[in-house]
Amino acid sequence: MSEAAAQDILTIRGVTKRFAVGDGELEALAPVDLSIPTGEFVCMIGASGCGKSTLLRIVAGFEEPTTGNVAMYGKAITGPGSDRGMVFQDYALFPWMTVRENISFGPRQRQLPREEIAKTADEFVRMVGLERFADRYPNQLSGGMKQRVAIARVLANDASILLMDEPFGALDALTREQLQNELLQIWKRTGVTTIFVTHSVEEAVLLADRVLVMSAGPGRIDSDFRIDLPRPRDVSSPEFNALRRDIARRLTSHLTLARA
Amino acid sequence: MLSEGAQRTLPETATADRRNHRQRLETLRAFVLGAGFPILLILIWDRAVAITGTRLIPSPYQVAVMMYDFTFGGVYDDAFSGTILTHIFKSMQRVYGGFLLAAAIGIPLGLMIGRIKVLRQLLDPTISLLRPIPVTAWLPLSMIFFGLGPNAAIFLVFLGAFYPILLNTIFGVRSIDPRLFEAASMLGCSGAGMFRQIVLPASLPAIFSGLRIAHGFAWILIVVGEMTGVPTGLGSVVMDGRTLSRTDLVITGMIVIGACGFVTDRIIVAISNRLLSWSPQHRE
Repeated sequence: MSEAAAQDILTIRGVTKRFAVGDGELEALAPVDLSIPTGEFVCMIGASGCGKSTLLRIVAGFEEPTTGNVAMYGKAITGPGSDRGMVFQDYALFPWMTVRENISFGPRQRQLPREEIAKTADEFVRMVGLERFADRYPNQLSGGMKQRVAIARVLANDASILLMDEPFGALDALTREQLQNELLQIWKRTGVTTIFVTHSVEEAVLLADRVLVMSAGPGRIDSDFRIDLPRPRDVSSPEFNALRRDIARRLTSHLTLARA
Repeated sequence: MLSEGAQRTLPETATADRRNHRQRLETLRAFVLGAGFPILLILIWDRAVAITGTRLIPSPYQVAVMMYDFTFGGVYDDAFSGTILTHIFKSMQRVYGGFLLAAAIGIPLGLMIGRIKVLRQLLDPTISLLRPIPVTAWLPLSMIFFGLGPNAAIFLVFLGAFYPILLNTIFGVRSIDPRLFEAASMLGCSGAGMFRQIVLPASLPAIFSGLRIAHGFAWILIVVGEMTGVPTGLGSVVMDGRTLSRTDLVITGMIVIGACGFVTDRIIVAISNRLLSWSPQHRE
């Protein structure tokens, strides 16, 4: 038990978040407790307003929790840091930098030797298969390519937690499927701990080791599903669909509850 | 092997040729239309002078003669003959002295006001108060500050160019997507690095549109600036022409100012196209 706790990369203890809205306050997160072991692929799923993005932004260090604390390997998180990298839904690439420059932005901040930066950039350009586009600017790329650059930018910076906020939400179905597969390949190869926010049940069951269903008003973790299906997963298998049905039922039970 | 290579490239060169041809036609049309309209205006001007028989406005031909004399001399041989380069040089010194000073202060100040809240609270009301004052209203004070001479002209050009540069820079910084700051900080960027690597390049499109507007104002204000009793410069040529009732000289001066502003504006556009090739909406 204590050995398992030592392996947790991320521990969240009693984290709440309140936002000032007009004169009043909005309680975005009720106390949340969560531990994530190193290397795990976690999906957070829930209706909009359930605080899943807020929780992700707190882990990234973009927002401060109102109470409670978040720690990485026991060390408290106080702000954004290069050990955690976020992949945004709208990419947030630097439009004045080429693909290669975007990817090497993190290494460049650490003032590594020039050859090492170039080597890292090449390695990650290759990892996401954008060799032919390395000198293009983001506005010359498709959405799928942009999101590949955003993932490579975080991984090239040696992040140990990959935070993804509905990263494939703006992509068409074919590109989305392709990127899901590529992400799994990368995750398997690098072993990077991944927290992935989505509102697609199928996406969550396809990707994750563990699916956290969140509910709104105020946001909290409602249930914690373990997905032990072997990869690659067959979306049409009975086991897959059974899990999908269970999770969807947890999700919709809150929707009707919230409406009532 | 040779024929195989030739076969492959032949259709490609043919389509490239056709594309080049179409592009050339498009360029030619733009040139004919763009140059045709001023020629039409000159024709109307010429006819209007001839029909009304006015002596107050010179004909295009008289202005052309004046322009020749102003450039090469040998027609009137007066104080203005063959002096065009001196006047252009003097005016450019003042226009670019004021313009570059405005850019050197306006851009860094704008970046800081846009990014630092305390500075914004400190300076914003003052800027909003000073900005509506017409530059020409500063003329008397600038003559007291700087006396009769080129410094007063530079000051007026500076004032006119300063606000568009400052306000566009502030606007550029304020409209940067906050996600870019989050992305940069999670990748380990902070402090001065953030200014150099994120704030400056992200606001560059807005800064350049400010520079273009300011550059236009700078040329407009040179005439006002050179009314302050300087002996040389294109503005003073126009004012002298007025005093001497030599309308051909006035119009000649106007045309030279227009041409100088046009050419230097093209240079700024070329620079900005080069620096902003990443940004699709800022190409011309």
